[in-house]
Amino acid sequence: MSSEAVQEYTVAQGRAKSFYTRYERKDELQHQTHYCPGCGHGTVHKMLAHAIDELGVQDRTILIAPVGCAVFTYYYFDVGNVQAAHGRAPAVATAMKRSRPESIVISYQGDGDLSAIGAAEILHAANRGENISVIFVNNAIYSMTGGQAAPTTLIGQKSTTTPEGRSAMTEGYPLHVSELLATLEAPVYMERVGLGDNKQIAQATRAVRRAVENQTRGLGFSMVEVLSPCPTIWKMNPIDAQRWVRDVMEKTFPLGVFRDRTKETAPRHALRPAPALDAIPRLLGLAEEDLPADHAHTVARHREIDLQVRIAGFGGQGVLLLGEVLAEAGLDAGLEVSWLPSYGPEMRSGTSNCHVRLSSQPVDSPLVTVPSVLVAMNEPSLRKFDLTVRSGGWVIYNGDTFPADCMRDGVHVLALPFTRLAAELGDPRAANMVMLGALLEIDGVLPRASIEAALGRLVKNPRWIELDERALARGRELFKESLRQGSWAKESRAEA
Amino acid sequence: MRKQLMKGNEAIIKSAILAGCRGFYGYPITPASEITEAAALYMPKAGGVFVQAESEVAAINMLYGAAAAGVRAMTASSGPGISLMQEGISHMAGAELPCVIADITRGGPGLGNIGSEQGDYHQVVKGGGHGNYRTIVLAPYSVQEMADLTALAFELADRYRNPVFVLADGFVGQMMEPVEFPQKAIQAPMPPWAVAGTAATRGNLITSLHMGCDDLEAHVLALEAKYKLAEQREARAEEWCAEDAEIVLVGYGIVGRILKAVTAEARAGGLPVGVLRPITLYPFPIVHFQRLASRARVFVVVEMSSGQLLDDVRLALNGACPVEFLSRVGGNVPSHDEVLRFVRVQALRFIGEEQMAHV
Repeated sequence: MSSEAVQEYTVAQGRAKSFYTRYERKDELQHQTHYCPGCGHGTVHKMLAHAIDELGVQDRTILIAPVGCAVFTYYYFDVGNVQAAHGRAPAVATAMKRSRPESIVISYQGDGDLSAIGAAEILHAANRGENISVIFVNNAIYSMTGGQAAPTTLIGQKSTTTPEGRSAMTEGYPLHVSELLATLEAPVYMERVGLGDNKQIAQATRAVRRAVENQTRGLGFSMVEVLSPCPTIWKMNPIDAQRWVRDVMEKTFPLGVFRDRTKETAPRHALRPAPALDAIPRLLGLAEEDLPADHAHTVARHREIDLQVRIAGFGGQGVLLLGEVLAEAGLDAGLEVSWLPSYGPEMRSGTSNCHVRLSSQPVDSPLVTVPSVLVAMNEPSLRKFDLTVRSGGWVIYNGDTFPADCMRDGVHVLALPFTRLAAELGDPRAANMVMLGALLEIDGVLPRASIEAALGRLVKNPRWIELDERALARGRELFKESLRQGSWAKESRAEA
Repeated sequence: MRKQLMKGNEAIIKSAILAGCRGFYGYPITPASEITEAAALYMPKAGGVFVQAESEVAAINMLYGAAAAGVRAMTASSGPGISLMQEGISHMAGAELPCVIADITRGGPGLGNIGSEQGDYHQVVKGGGHGNYRTIVLAPYSVQEMADLTALAFELADRYRNPVFVLADGFVGQMMEPVEFPQKAIQAPMPPWAVAGTAATRGNLITSLHMGCDDLEAHVLALEAKYKLAEQREARAEEWCAEDAEIVLVGYGIVGRILKAVTAEARAGGLPVGVLRPITLYPFPIVHFQRLASRARVFVVVEMSSGQLLDDVRLALNGACPVEFLSRVGGNVPSHDEVLRFVRVQALRFIGEEQMAHV
C-alpha cells in the first residue's frame, strides 16, 4: 500500500489505551497476533478494551483468561491478568470480585470452556448473581484444539469428532446458554450479539460496554454472548465466515436481549467494613471473658486420676451432651480431658456413643477401648460395649433389670430405670443427667462447682439448667441409696 | 492463657481467621462439614468471604481466585472432595498461589464410608494432580495442633507460594480437647505479585501456562528448587521416648496418640519402645528416621491405610533398618491391645528372648 493510499483514511478509533503498545511474541511471529485472519477474538478484544477505556476502569480491571484461543488475552490487555483452568473462570471470578469488591472482574470465555466443561461454574455464578461481566465468545467449535465438536456445534456441522456432521440423535442439540441462563432470577443483563456484519458489530460493541458498565454500577451478573467467526477451523475465508455467522449461526442462535433488569435493579451496597484486628478474638468467642474460669475448682490431687468413660445410647438421648458436660467439668477442675464422638449418619438415628477421658496426666489416646465406666442408655448399647469394661470398672445401665447374661465378675453394676426416674422429675430427656449424677458419685473427684460451671457453659436454656441440676442431684442420691441397699453388690460379685 | 474445650474442626477455622484468613470456599462433606459450617458463621463476622460452592471443583478454583487477589484463603474437604480438587491444586502450584486445604479424611476408595481412615496419604502427600509439583502437608494429632498447624500452614503457604495441606483423620477433626489460641489476630500484608484490581498491581499476571519448552523447564526447575528448600527447612517430627528406643513406632494423626499409649504400657513392661511421629508428611522428616535408625532394631509403621506412609518410611530408611507394618482400614482403628501385641511379637523377633530377659 502506498503512502498516498494511507492518507485517504482517517483513523476513527485508535488503539485502545487498555491494550499494550507491543504484543510480545516469539521472534518469527512478531508481526502478527495469536489470532488467525478473520477471527472474531480480535474484534471482541477491541470492543472490550475500548469499553474499559471509556468507563475509565483500566486500573481496576481484572481480566480472566480461559483455556482456548483466548488464553493469551494477557498478551494484549494492559490490565490485571489471571489465567484460569478450563471452564473455571466464573469460579475464579467469583472469589476475585468478592475478595476485591472495587475491582472490575471480566471473565472472557469460549464456548467449549463455558458451555461444556464449565457449565456448572457459569450456571452457579449466574445463579448467585455474582457482580461480574462475562464475555462469551461462541464460534460453535473447539478451535484451539483443532476443531472438535462443542455443545454449541450446529446440527449437521462437521467437526473432527462429528465427521458426518452433528446428529441430534447422538450428540443432542446445540446448547442455548443465554436462553438457559435467562431462566434464572439473579442475572441482570444477558444479550446475544453477532459479528456477522458491521451493524451487528456496532450492536455487539454497545452490549459489551453495557456488560462492563453494569458492573461499575454494582448491578450484578451480566453476560454477552458473541457469535464469532472462526475461518480457520470452519475452513472458510474470512468473508464467508462472517457471512456464515449472519446467515447460518444466527438461525440456531437468534440474536437479542434475553434479560435486562438494569433499570429496576438497585446497586449493591458496599460490604460491611471489616472489624478491627483486636476485635477478632472476641468475634470468635476467644476473648478472655469467653474462656472458662482458670482452674477455678481445682480437683484435689491426692491420687492419680484416670477416668475412661464410654457413653452409649440411642440418638436423641443426650449421649454426646453427657460426655461434653463431663469433659467440660474435668477441664474446669484442672484435669486433662478429651471427648471423642461417633459421628455421621449415626447422629440422625440409631446409636450414638462417645469416649471421654479425664486424667491427671496428658491424655495419650482419646479412644476409650477399655472403659473404667460404661454408661449404657439402652440394652443394645450395653450389649455392644459390656465386655469391654475393665475389671473393677462400672456399668451404669438404664433399665429395670440388668440382663443376667451381661453380668460379669469384677464389674460393678448400677441398673435403674433412669428414663422413668427422669420423667418423674419433669422430663424423660433428663435421664442423661441423672446417669451423670450417679457416675460422678462413683469417683467423687469432680467438685460440684465444676459440674455447675460446665452446665452453665453448655446449656443455655434456664429451664433446662434447673431441670438438669435436679437430675444430677437425683442421680447422686440414687447412687448413694443403691450403695446403702447394696443392690449393685448383689447383682455383681464385684470387690467393693 | 486459659484453654477452651473445642472440636478440632472448629479450632481450624478460628485459628485460620486469627492467622489472617479472609476467604473460605467449600463444599460440605462428612467428616469435614463443621469446618465449612464454622466458616459460614465466623468468616463474614471477621470481614471475610464465605461461599458454599457448587462443587469441590468450583471451590478450589474460587480459592485460586482469592489467592490470586492476594487474600489468605482456605477450603476444607475429605477424600472424594479432595480428588475433585486435584485439578485446581495443580493449577495453584503451577501458578504459585498460596492456599490452605484441610483434608479431614474418611474411608475410601470411591464413596467408601465416613469412618476414619488415612487413605488420602498418597493423593495429598504425593500431589494427586498432574505435573511436577509438591504440596506441603502438616499432620496434626490433637486439637491444639489443629490450631497451631493451621496457623503455620498459612505462613508456609505464603513463604513458598504453594498450597499447603492440613491432613487430619476424622477423629482429630471430630474430637474435643482443650485448646488455646494466640490472643492477637494478624493481618497478612498483600503480596506484591497479587492481582487486586489496583493501579499498583495492574502489571501483574497469574498463570500456570508456559508455552515454550525451555520456559516451562525453567519454571519447573524453579519450583523444584523451592521444594528442596522446604525439605531442608520445614521437616518436623515428634520423637517420644525415642532416644534409646530399639523398637521405633511410626504413625501420624490419631495413630500417633495410640502409639503413645502403647509406648507407655510397653515401657512399663520393660520394652525399649519409642515413637517417631511425622508432623510434616511432605517434607518427610528423613533426618529423624536416619538418626534413630542407628540405634533401632526395627521400625514399626502403623497406619489406617494400606501401606502408604510405609513407602515413605522405607525410602527414608533406605534399607538401614527392617520395617514392619500394621494396618487397619475401612474405618477401623488399630486398638491399643492390637498394637501392643504386634509390638511384643516384633520384640521377640528383633530383640530376642535372651536379650529380652535383660530388659
